[in-house]
Amino acid sequence: MIKGKVHKYGDNVDTDVIIPARYLNTTDPRELASHCMEDIDADFITNVSQGDIIVAEDNFGCGSSREHAPIAIKAAGVALVIANTFARIFYRNSLNIGLPILECPEAVAGTSAGDDLEVDLAAGRISNLTTGDTWQAKPFPAFMQNLIEVGGLINYTKSRLAQRT
Amino acid sequence: MSQTITQKILAAHSGRQQVEPGELIYAKLDLVLGNDITAPIAIKEFEKIGAATVFNKERVALVPDHSTPNKDIKSAELVKIMREFARKHDITNFFEIGKMGVEHTLLPDEGLVVPGDAIIGADSHTCTYGALGAFSTGVGSTDLGCAMALGETWFKVPEQIKFVYYGKLPKWVGGKDLILYTIGQIGVDGALYCSMEFTGEAIAELDMAGRFTMCNMAIEAGGKNGIMEPDQKTLDYAKVRARRDYTIYKSDPDAQYKQVVEIDCSKLEPIVSFPHLPENARPVSESTHVTIDQSVIGSCTNGRIEDLRIAAGVLKGRKVHPNVRLIVIPATQEIYMQSIKEGLTEIFVEAGGAVSTPTCGPCLGGHMGVLAEGERAIATTNRNFIGRMGHAKSEVYLANPAVAAASAVLGRIASPEELK
Repeated sequence: MIKGKVHKYGDNVDTDVIIPARYLNTTDPRELASHCMEDIDADFITNVSQGDIIVAEDNFGCGSSREHAPIAIKAAGVALVIANTFARIFYRNSLNIGLPILECPEAVAGTSAGDDLEVDLAAGRISNLTTGDTWQAKPFPAFMQNLIEVGGLINYTKSRLAQRT
Repeated sequence: MSQTITQKILAAHSGRQQVEPGELIYAKLDLVLGNDITAPIAIKEFEKIGAATVFNKERVALVPDHSTPNKDIKSAELVKIMREFARKHDITNFFEIGKMGVEHTLLPDEGLVVPGDAIIGADSHTCTYGALGAFSTGVGSTDLGCAMALGETWFKVPEQIKFVYYGKLPKWVGGKDLILYTIGQIGVDGALYCSMEFTGEAIAELDMAGRFTMCNMAIEAGGKNGIMEPDQKTLDYAKVRARRDYTIYKSDPDAQYKQVVEIDCSKLEPIVSFPHLPENARPVSESTHVTIDQSVIGSCTNGRIEDLRIAAGVLKGRKVHPNVRLIVIPATQEIYMQSIKEGLTEIFVEAGGAVSTPTCGPCLGGHMGVLAEGERAIATTNRNFIGRMGHAKSEVYLANPAVAAASAVLGRIASPEELK
């Protein structure tokens, strides 16, 4: 069960604002996290606590393919990102590095910055503890659910390689 | 059952007769690629898998182009990881500084990408190769690391949107303007998860450079891939460049599309995309009030010899405005040399421009032309997000090479027609 405070953003939060390219000369998650969101929300990194939740509108994570973006969000302590929609490379990267994401426009519409959410990730149930509302997120397709269950793409690839030999 | 070019390529690479949108498939890959920002993480992930070596040492391309020539010690360390990995696994297509170019211009020009291929790259602009009639899309580092081991990856077969461009292209209007206009019409998520197939008489009129520019920016509309059917121009390009046999796929006339968008090109003028999204597209005539501090001509979008010829044609015999820094970046060493041979480099330098060795550099605010607070650039690059070329309070306006050159001369956004 995830329980955390909401940091709310609008449409088209791109990977350049999630982690600006000027910091891509490192792959260290903690260093990346220290600059997460700074070009649109300079206070994010001081306000965020372990287990918090980012809630955003359309096309979250658009732009560059940098995996540093979900890595920075995860290392900043964010436990989950909820959005109306995700850009496809960010969606894939998040699954691959183990950053939980959910698509749920109703929850996005019914949530304000600073609200407390409780989320049952496996069931996709999102409860807003501040307002008392509850929503159901879109389930992952079976193939991706399987990818998550085996522990991500690296484990999946290991077993596929093993099948070949 | 009729299929689109994208479906046919994905079917052929997954051992199927046909595939349908929404299906999840495993596809064999003809090439996988990474750069100095994405490959180091991919290499770390690859090593976790425990594979003895890469699936095919000739089908992994590693291009250190983003922060090179190394801009600082940390960047140098990242390139070193790539170089050592390339040596250890005897990777044929590692491109050292001096042979390197901007990846999405370099790999087609080197003949490593050919029509009919299925390709993934850990760079979002990997969709560029669709101009050759290949399926190519961007992924992250972990996907690249796994694909380096397996030579295959999973895809969800995308839904398809067809864009039909009709009418004769007006003067100064090219591939950049068509794609900026299109993104302006459908928005930065207008083709989310979809394949963008570009067709019509105006596409036939474009040279390969203009076609690469269009497919390059499919991602800026959220597209999974941009693609065009090969024609005689594609074959002429492939004939001289391709290092492998290739296959030509075309969409069936009755193939199904989620949506068909028709665009009349005959009344378009050059397009400028305003900060901070590529969808903020306006005609150049409505943009001339914007003064600029810098003009950048280059990148995987518009750093080809055809782009440099257009820019040089505008700049010949003229001087860069005293308030403007002009930076010209040929995308590859071959283009750099060709620019010298044709006298283009001389025109740029005579005009007061700086000509750089190939690099992505300023396009992503890395180096070689980073903006200070409050500064504005016009650029032939592909993104104008907040902070993209430097300070969070700087601005980037996207345009074609002729507009970027004319703007450098007049110190404000300008149409080349104004330079009479």
